[in-house]
Amino acid sequence: MTWIGDNWPMIWDQLREHLYLALIPMVLGLVISLPLGYVATRFSWLANPLVALGGVLYSLPSIALFIVLPAVLGTGILSPVNIIVALTIYAVSLLIRNVIDGLRSVPEDVLQAAVSVGYGTLRRVLTIDLPIAIPVIFAGLRVVTVANISMVSVGAIIGIGGLGELFTLGFQGGFLTPIVVGIIFSLALALICDVLLVGLQRLLTPWARAVAPVKEATV
Amino acid sequence: MIEFEDVTKRYPDGTVAVDNLSLRIPSNEITVFVGPSGCGKTTSLRMINRTIERTSGTISIDGEDINSKDAVTLRRGIGYVIQNAGLFPHKTVVENVATVPKLLGWDKRKAHSTAMELLERVGLDLKLAERYPAQLSGGQQQRVGVARALAADPLIMLMDEPFSAVDPVVRDQLQEELLRLQRDIGKTIVFVTHDIDEAIKLGDNIAVLRVGGKLAQFAPPSELLANPVDDFVEGFIGKDRGYRALTFVTADELPLADVPAELTVAADGSPVGWANGAAKLELVGATFQRGDSLRAALDAVLTSPVGKGVCVDETGKAVGVIDYGALTEALRP
Repeated sequence: MTWIGDNWPMIWDQLREHLYLALIPMVLGLVISLPLGYVATRFSWLANPLVALGGVLYSLPSIALFIVLPAVLGTGILSPVNIIVALTIYAVSLLIRNVIDGLRSVPEDVLQAAVSVGYGTLRRVLTIDLPIAIPVIFAGLRVVTVANISMVSVGAIIGIGGLGELFTLGFQGGFLTPIVVGIIFSLALALICDVLLVGLQRLLTPWARAVAPVKEATV
Repeated sequence: MIEFEDVTKRYPDGTVAVDNLSLRIPSNEITVFVGPSGCGKTTSLRMINRTIERTSGTISIDGEDINSKDAVTLRRGIGYVIQNAGLFPHKTVVENVATVPKLLGWDKRKAHSTAMELLERVGLDLKLAERYPAQLSGGQQQRVGVARALAADPLIMLMDEPFSAVDPVVRDQLQEELLRLQRDIGKTIVFVTHDIDEAIKLGDNIAVLRVGGKLAQFAPPSELLANPVDDFVEGFIGKDRGYRALTFVTADELPLADVPAELTVAADGSPVGWANGAAKLELVGATFQRGDSLRAALDAVLTSPVGKGVCVDETGKAVGVIDYGALTEALRP
C-alpha cells in the first residue's frame, strides 16, 4: 500500500496510458469494421473471406507485430502508434465477425418492411439495421476491450506498455510488489471497462430486455 | 385504379413468376390475389411498390406510370402490411406507427398524435403504445402493422398474407375488423392470400392466379363461385362452392311464417326455446336477421331442434320462422 502511495504519480500516468492505448484501438476498430461489415453483408461472397482473414490476423503473435510494424510504418520503435495500429488490427479482426453476424441478425421481414415503407438505404442502415445489430456488436466490443487491456501490457517489452511497465520494473528490480499492483490494476481496469460497456449497451437497447409478453385481455 | 398492362416478371435463371398479367384493380375496394404457392401473387403485389421490379409491361396508378417517380417516394405513399407484421423491434409501438409520417418530415407532435389515433382505430389498447413489439401477441402486432401502413393516410394499402400466421379465432376477428375499417376508410386495398375462404370473405374482387404466374379468373366472389371459368378455378374454390355462394344472397326475400305458439319467447320477445311436447324446452339454436345471408338462414334451420329457423329483428325479438320446405323452395334458382 505504501508502495502504491509512494509511486502514485507514476502508476496514474501508466494507468492513463494503458487506457488510452487500449480504447483508441477499440474505437478505431469499430469505425473500420462497421462499413467493412456492411459491405460484406451487401456482397455476401465477401463475408467468409473477411472473417477468415480476421482469424489469420488475430493469430499473429503480438510481440512480432509490435516489432515488425515500425519497419512497415516507418514509425520509431518507441512510438505508441505501433501499439495502436497493432491493437486496431486485432480489434478489426475480432469485430468484423460480430458486425457481420449482427447485421445478419436483422430479421428478413423487418428489412422488407423498412424498404417497403420507404426507407432509403443509408437511412435504413443507420436507423434500423445498426440499432438492431447492437447486442451482437457489443458482445464483440466487450471481448475486444478486455483483450486489448491485457495486450497493452505486452507493449512493455518494447518500452510502451502502460501498466505493463510495472512488470518490467518488478522483474528488473527483483521484487514482487509492482507486479502484483500491475496485475490488480489491469484486472480492475478490464472489469470497470466491461461494466461500463454493459451499462452503455443497456442504455442503447431498452427494447432488448422488453421480452415478457403482456397478458392479453383482447387480441 | 391500379392497372397492370402485359406485366411479366422473369428472373435471371429463366423462371417466370408473373406471365403477361393484365388487370384493372378498382379504387376504394378490396382486391384479393389468390392462388397456390408459386403463382406469383406476392411478386405481383410487390411490383406495385417496386420492391420487385418487373421485367416488362407497365403498372400505373390512376393513369400515372409508377416509374415516373423514384421508388422511395412511391413507397411512402403506399401502405404495406406483411405476414408477422415486420415491426421494428427496437421502436415502441407508437414509434412504429409514426414511421412513415416521420419519413415524410411531419412535425413530431403531429406524427405522434396521428399514430395514437390510428392505434385506437385498429382497436389496440392505448396502454400498449409505449411497449415494444416483442411484448405484444401476434394479433396485436398485426393490428400495429395495419396502423403503421395507414399512418400517412395513403390511398393504397398492400397486404401480403397479413393474417396467415395468427390462430383461426384471432384471424377471424382481424378479418372482421379489416372489413369494418374499410367501410370507414375506403382505401384501395390489394390483399394476397393462399386461402380461398379468406379471399371470398374479404374480396370485392378476386384474381385467381395459377402456377407460372398466369391470371385464371378475375371476378367478384359471387361470380367466381357461380361461374368458375375452368377446372383449375373450380378445384381451387373447393367442393362446397354451392353452399358458400349462399353467403352472397340475402335473406331479405324469404317468406316467413308467423311465430308459432310452440316457440316460447321471453318478455322482450326474444326466442327462448321450443315446447316440443317434451317436459323441457329445447333451445332454439342459431337465429338470423333480415339482411343476413341465406347461409345464415340455412344454418338457423339446420341447427333448430324442430327444423324451423327463427328470424329476429335488431332488438333480438322473434319476428317469424321458416322451415325446410320454404327455405329449399327459396334456394331454387
